[in-house]
Amino acid sequence: MQFVQIVIGGISQGFVYGLVALGFVLIYKATEAVNFAQGELMMLGAFCGLALATWAGLPYWAVLLGSVAILAAFGFATEFVLLRPVFGEPSFSAIMVTIGLGFLARGLVTMIPGFGTDSHSLDAPFKGQVIEAGGLVIGMEHVVIIGAGLLLSATLYGLFRFTRIGIAMQAVSQNQLAAWYVGIPVRRLNGLVWALSAAVAAVAGVLLAPIAFIHANMGFIGLKAFPAAVIGGFDSLPGAIAGGLILGVIEALAGFYLPEGFKDVAASVVVLVVLAVRPHGLFGQASRKRV
Amino acid sequence: MRFLYKTDYDQDIRLVRHSGYAFWYGLLLALLIALPWVVSDYLLDQAIFIGIYAIAGLGLMLVVGYTGLVSLGHAAFLGIGAYTEAILTARGWPFPLSVSAAVLAAASAGVIVGLPALRVRGIYLAIATIALGTIVEEILARWESVTGGNAGLSVSTPRGLFGFIGAAPGFYYLTLAIAISSTLVVLNLLRSPTGRAFVAVRDSETSARSLGIHVARTKTTAFALSAALTGLAGALYAHKIRFLSPDQFTVLQSVELLMLVFVGGVGSVHGAVLGAVFLIALPQMIAIAKDFLPPAIGGAAGLQSAVFGALIVGFVLFEPLGLYGRWVKIRHYLEMFPFYRRGTYRRVRVFQRTERNR
Amino acid sequence: MNATQPAPGEAILEVSGLSIAFGGLKAVRDVSFTVRRGEVFTLIGPNGAGKTTLFNLVSRLYAGDAGRIVFEGRDITALPAHRIASLGIARTFQNIELFEHATVLQNLLIGRHVHRRTALWEELLFLPSVRRAEIAARERVEEVIDRLELQHYRDTPVAGLPYGVRKIVELGRALATGPRLLLMDEPSSGLNVEETDDMAFWIEDLNRDLGITVVMVEHDMRLVSRVSHRVLALDQGAVLAVGTAQEVQSHPAVIDAYLGSAHA
Repeated sequence: MQFVQIVIGGISQGFVYGLVALGFVLIYKATEAVNFAQGELMMLGAFCGLALATWAGLPYWAVLLGSVAILAAFGFATEFVLLRPVFGEPSFSAIMVTIGLGFLARGLVTMIPGFGTDSHSLDAPFKGQVIEAGGLVIGMEHVVIIGAGLLLSATLYGLFRFTRIGIAMQAVSQNQLAAWYVGIPVRRLNGLVWALSAAVAAVAGVLLAPIAFIHANMGFIGLKAFPAAVIGGFDSLPGAIAGGLILGVIEALAGFYLPEGFKDVAASVVVLVVLAVRPHGLFGQASRKRV
Repeated sequence: MRFLYKTDYDQDIRLVRHSGYAFWYGLLLALLIALPWVVSDYLLDQAIFIGIYAIAGLGLMLVVGYTGLVSLGHAAFLGIGAYTEAILTARGWPFPLSVSAAVLAAASAGVIVGLPALRVRGIYLAIATIALGTIVEEILARWESVTGGNAGLSVSTPRGLFGFIGAAPGFYYLTLAIAISSTLVVLNLLRSPTGRAFVAVRDSETSARSLGIHVARTKTTAFALSAALTGLAGALYAHKIRFLSPDQFTVLQSVELLMLVFVGGVGSVHGAVLGAVFLIALPQMIAIAKDFLPPAIGGAAGLQSAVFGALIVGFVLFEPLGLYGRWVKIRHYLEMFPFYRRGTYRRVRVFQRTERNR
Repeated sequence: MNATQPAPGEAILEVSGLSIAFGGLKAVRDVSFTVRRGEVFTLIGPNGAGKTTLFNLVSRLYAGDAGRIVFEGRDITALPAHRIASLGIARTFQNIELFEHATVLQNLLIGRHVHRRTALWEELLFLPSVRRAEIAARERVEEVIDRLELQHYRDTPVAGLPYGVRKIVELGRALATGPRLLLMDEPSSGLNVEETDDMAFWIEDLNRDLGITVVMVEHDMRLVSRVSHRVLALDQGAVLAVGTAQEVQSHPAVIDAYLGSAHA
């Protein structure tokens, strides 16, 4: 029984990782850039939500929508300002620019007096509620996160697979020049992808807020999202959620059954195992160069 | 403008390419040797740190700049070098032996890291290195019997070498000597077949293979050498900072090292040194600038982080070749004056192709 | 030179029953042929016929599903890719695979890697033995530069060079390894008429002066007729015909699959 409860806890945490990983994979799938600032985007989403709740006095669901809108605009703007100039440079530059963005975001938020330096919490209407079934307990906040994770990943998967925009995004990630020649608005699409990814991050941030504390360093959870994306396959959207799930469960079990300290390295160990055994992850596609 | 008239293959091989090199680098050497008499104790201290970070930067530059492997876990090698040195010094090992052991420990870690990590590329390698760095950091924290865990480990004075290296000018000269030798070793490597093999692996693994280069072994060699250099820097670091704790060797430090390499100028030895200067000088400059800023900004906790971030972004957008790249452009302008053409260094826009099949 | 007579010489490369499939696609199907020392052997065929795949199999960048490859009497079917160059086999690539951020000279010097005799520790200290080895390598590379007239481009980073020159640099890099067998993948693709003539000249040059056996993939039938001793036509992974350029060009199956009736 306790085992199942632990697993449920792991699943809940896993979906948090999965939501953040979803944002990564989205950007990677569409632009082959890795956004090292994804965690910070989530942090910005949470703070945005906090601001809307505290200063505008909006109810929770309006806060969620508002954060999503604001972060989407921010994501689009970020792509415009930071990533377009890096177009065509080696991928190292894109990595550095997102690392820089992360530092900048973290620093700027911390500089906001009173607001950025403390930890805050955000209340949600479902905070504190639980669902009980057969002796097992799960918090409503977690249920909402799980629901959001499933919904978002299904929607985005459908977007990429079945809509013209999604296929256009995949085309852009394979060969930008060719995509341009067939009339795909590459720059606009890249901006859209970043906007989407930031929106997903905002959802993650606002949904996470009732559970965890909102503080400037909460973006470090992004470091855990990487292993999740790797496990699932860096170019697979459902994989991101699956990877997060697996990671969350393994962490929860490690935390309970293994000596202290293993929980923190569980993510790292799993990632290394996956990279050694199946580098393209569970759902990713293996690829090989043709010369 | 200088016209080089080459009559001998040796002119392309030797390190001192022409008399200009001899003059300016000779001057630099003289200045560095005279430094303790010229600057304050505090600045000498900073110079020692610059030397240490330059060595670590050289290590990272070898893998990132020359072999094209992104590593976000190099702080682990710094930590392994530092802790090995601290532990062995505490057990009474003389300095040359303990440093050699530290370098060996770091190099071995580099080989071990290389085995799984180097079978993957690009972003996967970066993530693998983050994972390995995290594991090492955790080991340093948990293995309390040896490393003192999170409570930290104090480092005693180094022994051997006539005992004078404990004091500031002595330690400065030691760091200087080690930094110069490391630079020479790296330069030697780069002008020999192994160094060229690194570059080949970076630019095209497929054709490297078809030219007889054992790609996996080359990458592992690069990683091992890089780890050795970084471990060496770690050993010096331990003695300089006198107190070690695992939180000095986290992913954040690895990112700082990467930033050092990038801002300095990827793919050049000068870049490692310039990057080190930048990394050490920046907090000082921020501290000075704080006095001129309104207290709301200057006193804020996140200022350093924000400035770091802004600078990285700025360099990526405006000077991706780094400080050394900017210096090369300036020097070129001065050499060619007034015939400098504005388009010489214009970046060619290349349209992105998927790197998944590289 | 009109090479209609097959060149005498023992077999240098024997391929028997080579096959590889990618998923459901059989890219190479039971291909067998023999290349004789000192000849220029050309593979022709429509796009997707499996010519480059065949090259990749021989240079061991791919591992075949079945078949044997024997080079100079030695079975290389299972040899790792990086061992091929040391046996004396070099290749050029269809889409140029040069080291973009290095100069022409450095690219060629990397070609000398198989002849490296110095150990890592010697290189780190740059002992006199390393210096001597470097100068020796440089002398060999300069021979290649002279032969291919690349003096002007010696210190230019490859990335900025025109396409025709890059093709020559890639040839030079392959030559620098000192090969006995040279695999050239579409040497004339992307070259204009003059550049193709130059390339033809060099191929004949290497073949006659240096005695290098050349196996090449080519589409330009004029070039093929000019330099080849024998030609093999491939279609959908299987051999259609082998013989002199004339014989193959007039073979009905080849005309059907590849050349079109205007060539009959």
